[in-house]
Amino acid sequence: MSKTLSIAVHHLTRVEGHGNIEVDVKNGKIQKCEWQVPEAPRFFEAMVRGRHYTEVARITSRICGICSVGHTLASLKATESALGIEVSEQTFKLRSLLKHAENFDSHVLHVYFLAAPDFLGAPSVFPLVATHGPVVARALRLKRLGHEWGSLIGGRTTHPTKAIPGGFSAFPTVAELKELKAKMLAAVPDLEETLKTIAALAPAIPAFDRPTEYMALHSQSGYALYDGDIQTVLPDGNKKTYKVADYKTCTNEYLTAVSTAKYTKNRLGSYAAGALARFNNNHEQLLPEAKKVAADLGLKGICTNPYMNTVAQVVEIVESFHESLALVDHFIKNGVKDEPLAKPTRFAKGAGATEVPRGILFHEYEYDKDGMCLGGNCIIPTNQNHANIQKDFEALVPKLLGEDADEKKMELRLEMLVRAYDPCISCSTHFLDVKFIR
Amino acid sequence: MAKPKVAFFDFTCCEGCQIEFTNYGDPVFLELLKHVDVVEFREAMSEKTKDPIDIAFIEGSFSREADRPRLEEIRKRAKIVIAYGQCATTAGINALKNHTSDYRKFVYGKDAALPHLDSQIAVGVDQAIKVDYYAFGCPVNKYEVLQIVSHLLHGKDPVIPNYPVCVECKRRETICRFDVGDYCLGQTARAGCGAPCPADGIPCEACRGFVDKPNHDSLVKVLDKRAGMPKGWAQTKTRMFTANQRGDVK
Ligand code: SF4
Ligand code: SF4
Ligand code: SF4
Repeated sequence: MSKTLSIAVHHLTRVEGHGNIEVDVKNGKIQKCEWQVPEAPRFFEAMVRGRHYTEVARITSRICGICSVGHTLASLKATESALGIEVSEQTFKLRSLLKHAENFDSHVLHVYFLAAPDFLGAPSVFPLVATHGPVVARALRLKRLGHEWGSLIGGRTTHPTKAIPGGFSAFPTVAELKELKAKMLAAVPDLEETLKTIAALAPAIPAFDRPTEYMALHSQSGYALYDGDIQTVLPDGNKKTYKVADYKTCTNEYLTAVSTAKYTKNRLGSYAAGALARFNNNHEQLLPEAKKVAADLGLKGICTNPYMNTVAQVVEIVESFHESLALVDHFIKNGVKDEPLAKPTRFAKGAGATEVPRGILFHEYEYDKDGMCLGGNCIIPTNQNHANIQKDFEALVPKLLGEDADEKKMELRLEMLVRAYDPCISCSTHFLDVKFIR
Repeated sequence: MAKPKVAFFDFTCCEGCQIEFTNYGDPVFLELLKHVDVVEFREAMSEKTKDPIDIAFIEGSFSREADRPRLEEIRKRAKIVIAYGQCATTAGINALKNHTSDYRKFVYGKDAALPHLDSQIAVGVDQAIKVDYYAFGCPVNKYEVLQIVSHLLHGKDPVIPNYPVCVECKRRETICRFDVGDYCLGQTARAGCGAPCPADGIPCEACRGFVDKPNHDSLVKVLDKRAGMPKGWAQTKTRMFTANQRGDVK
């Protein structure tokens, strides 16, 4: 086979942020096969220096407008760990509810608006308004539910306002929570239709397996999202856990010439984060409703097909929905107290981690005796996935060449692969060796 | 009249303002699509066009000389350019590094000199091209954006508030943050958001930027005297979203 082709996708569409795909094949030989990130760097880790601890989460939430709930929460957890703040049980539960809202909201957006058009042969959701009107309307209804549910707890879903160090600045009332519950229950038919739509599209998911390491939070008390230890699982089921404070020992960042974002690796040459990584680590802890959806959609752990991340997101939509109904019921039964903020007990250094829709997220800060930030470090999920995407490319391009795929097909497959990871590259925060200035 | 062609472009930002478009939900979003044709929106669609655009929304700051030709190209194609979101209007949060010169080194260490990490001070896009209208906020207030679009579709000039957030606090009868021993930047912050932050028990950080000609010196005095903010902090407080609107910008 002596194929010659060249693919250059600049500013890949339907992803958040800027990414390029470059593949060059001459006479069947791969000359170049790169996933590049040319996003303008934004330097958040330098910008938090000299800012008071009450400002830091409001600043770092702006790393990403799509995962801003997760950035706020990871930032708060890091600051609280640095300041010796222990939040109440109620705060923990409210934050979990907020976290689920983000996961639900973002997954709906990704599955319907960013991934589905590929399967329906459309360039975007807009032409689908004419051809698949009810599906688009349903997607928008679910999106609105996610937004209203997150806004009730967090104040806003883009850069939440009410979640602050030590707790919340304002609380939902039981009446509001009852209203939310009614809205959630009214969405059940839409969720059921979603599963039918996805089941119909699932056979079109490309077959491609590349075993890798999967990293996610893990908790004893259920499918981890807001809180837990770090866990990784290898394709053979071998698991290893790490304390959040030791996150650097398993993230191992390094810089490459093709990307403003840093790469990470752990036990293998790269690892994956995100819905599929969470599923592979924690699928046994899913609620029965979510387990059933996974089985119906043919998702089994440990799944090594990166394209199945979209299916894992659908499973998580169901998990977050039912987990949250239980949380809402808890608050309707027990009420919500107007709690004061938990106060700092020291000023030091601390790390925090939470799961965002796209994977595990780490923040770390150090504070001086006046509560002013000395420096920060953030490792976002998309950056953790870049090396893995690159390695997927290196396995996928020869496979597609073997299948005699033409340029168009190869381009679409590569784009779909990147989109399956649901990258949000807009963050582009990164450092290699942060020095905390004392 | 044919439906106006609307396009979205992003530069240095978090794309949160774009996300606000998906937060309208079904009734508003589908209604909006009846009145405008979205022709380019990289985050949500693969379609691209070389045709003229009626309204171009630009999100994000101008922080790399390398981005100038793309901005100029958009200006050439668009009848109306709207800078939307604080990143695009004043550089917002991105300007928080503008008073420092070591940010590259701090974040990238020994790799700081790599050419693709190039970045200058962050400014609003009107520093590169002419902007016709501004939608402030971090994120934008989605209903204000709707109003701007609606005004333009009706051939009217959108009216953007140029009074402080305090006015909106008074309208909502919110207890002032200063009265509960906190601080607040609402006195010089540009209104239009409805003052949700003080109502939710946190200070206004002026995420919509300042009103025109803010009295920055007085603000620092109030933060210092009335809120008892440590001196250094009162001085640097307004770097968060309004670094480019302080008197001392480079
Ligand atoms: S103005 Fe704020 S929300 Fe909008 S893009 Fe910039 S950082 Fe994101
Ligand atoms: S809380 Fe802030 S915005 Fe509201 S009245 Fe007081 S100073 Fe003004
Ligand atoms: S109250 Fe202040 S910080 Fe809050 S949205 Fe309005 S301008 Fe922004």
